[in-house]
Amino acid sequence: METRSRVLLLTAAIALLPGCASLHWPWHKKAPPAAESSSDTTEQSAATPRVIDPQVERRSIKVPKIRPRDVEFGGYYGVLSIEDFGSNPVYGVRAAFHVTEDFFFEANVGRSTAGKTSFETLNGNLQLLTPAERRFTYYNVSLGYNFLPGEVYLGRNLAMNSSLYLIGGVGSTKFAGDQHFTVNFGAGYRILPTDWLAIHLDMQNLVLQSDLLGKNKLTSNLGASIGATVFF
Amino acid sequence: MAHSISTIRSILPSRSTDVRRPRAGWLAALLVGAAGLFAPAAEAAREFQQLFITEPYLELHIGPGRRYPVTQVVARGESVDVLYRRTEWFRVRTERGVEGWVSERDLSLTTLADGTPFTFDFGNRAGYMSHHWEGGVSMGDFGGATLISGYVSRSLTNQLALELTGSQFLGNASNGYLVDIGLAHVFAPEWRLSPFVSIGTGIITVQPKTTLVQQQDRTDQSAFVGAGLRWYWTRRFFVRGEYRTHKVFTSRNANEEIDEWKLGLAFFF
Repeated sequence: METRSRVLLLTAAIALLPGCASLHWPWHKKAPPAAESSSDTTEQSAATPRVIDPQVERRSIKVPKIRPRDVEFGGYYGVLSIEDFGSNPVYGVRAAFHVTEDFFFEANVGRSTAGKTSFETLNGNLQLLTPAERRFTYYNVSLGYNFLPGEVYLGRNLAMNSSLYLIGGVGSTKFAGDQHFTVNFGAGYRILPTDWLAIHLDMQNLVLQSDLLGKNKLTSNLGASIGATVFF
Repeated sequence: MAHSISTIRSILPSRSTDVRRPRAGWLAALLVGAAGLFAPAAEAAREFQQLFITEPYLELHIGPGRRYPVTQVVARGESVDVLYRRTEWFRVRTERGVEGWVSERDLSLTTLADGTPFTFDFGNRAGYMSHHWEGGVSMGDFGGATLISGYVSRSLTNQLALELTGSQFLGNASNGYLVDIGLAHVFAPEWRLSPFVSIGTGIITVQPKTTLVQQQDRTDQSAFVGAGLRWYWTRRFFVRGEYRTHKVFTSRNANEEIDEWKLGLAFFF
């Protein structure tokens, strides 16, 4: 093992050295090539004398920048059913980056507080978890696909763009004093009253492995939420 | 060119009528002069990019996507103002004040006021070869545990970059965090699929699971060497796969070695 890592370290160091050679350190003088090019131009101008030397000042045209509005940021509130611990309110923040018209990346951070298991309710004073351990905090990074883009009509004169999207990703959940690897998947509906504001209706499942109640099992934590985001 | 000439033509007749009416001439001259003073300033301070339609018509969609219907068209010779962009779609406003979304492909057939075709830089292979910053997220395996990782990198040259990586690993027996800083060397950045090697050091924190034994969290220094492949996908995006072997300098008798495999998506800017 020792020799293997030594060999690997040496190989990487050797491979990195040629890269260092191409670095532009401040003590590397750039004067010689500049001198060469100036001598070239003088030779050229000597060969073909310039008759007209235009004194036109070039107008610098300032092209207006086209602002990107690919980033979505906002929050959500809903209900999360934590397996064995009942349904409880959940809230969180959401940030999304639209890569193409079809695909987007989304990051979520959310929190809920687990209720009591039926076992705890029946046993009165018995507590499986401390209040701090009951906090269900999660984050995830997902890829979304705009599945059914369209328009919704509210009354005679109001039409809004909408999109039904599918979403799935990975993340981590802190619950009962432990971090759990979490897979999330679901679907959402995005309605845009204006081009910069979006209303979301989401259904997601957070799947994680838990051995909290004695047996190692996959738990499904289904959640539904309503949220709003602003495009930047 | 054609547009600037038409603007001049529209100004000229008003000047000639001023000459025929000498009494109002001074006022008109003052107005024309004032217009001359302020017109270029107004032109320079244009808020949005103006584009002219040279194809028979330009289609405006109701949303930023090819599957949103077309409800308006703009005829040849007219212009649109580009308000902003979402992915490859541009929000434009016509001379009549109608707003809609135009695809990048359609907009590339329009021209600027001076007649040059409109182009937009969405990132390309040249940018993949030479850029200042890159970042990405990836997923993989860290000594049997699941790994979620993110990185940012600052290019020193086209081949050499300084990288900062932050990861979280979630295993059956323990979880933890990893922060690494290192150098990465890309052998041939001009290749679509280009190999690279990396070397660096970092800090690793291991938190044993509470349901097993009650143990203290451990934080140790570590070093790594790695190798990987990067593949240019599209625009500003590339796929990046990497293997790293970490040596953890523990306070116990033997050092630990952990293998890391990961695959993810990265972008440059």
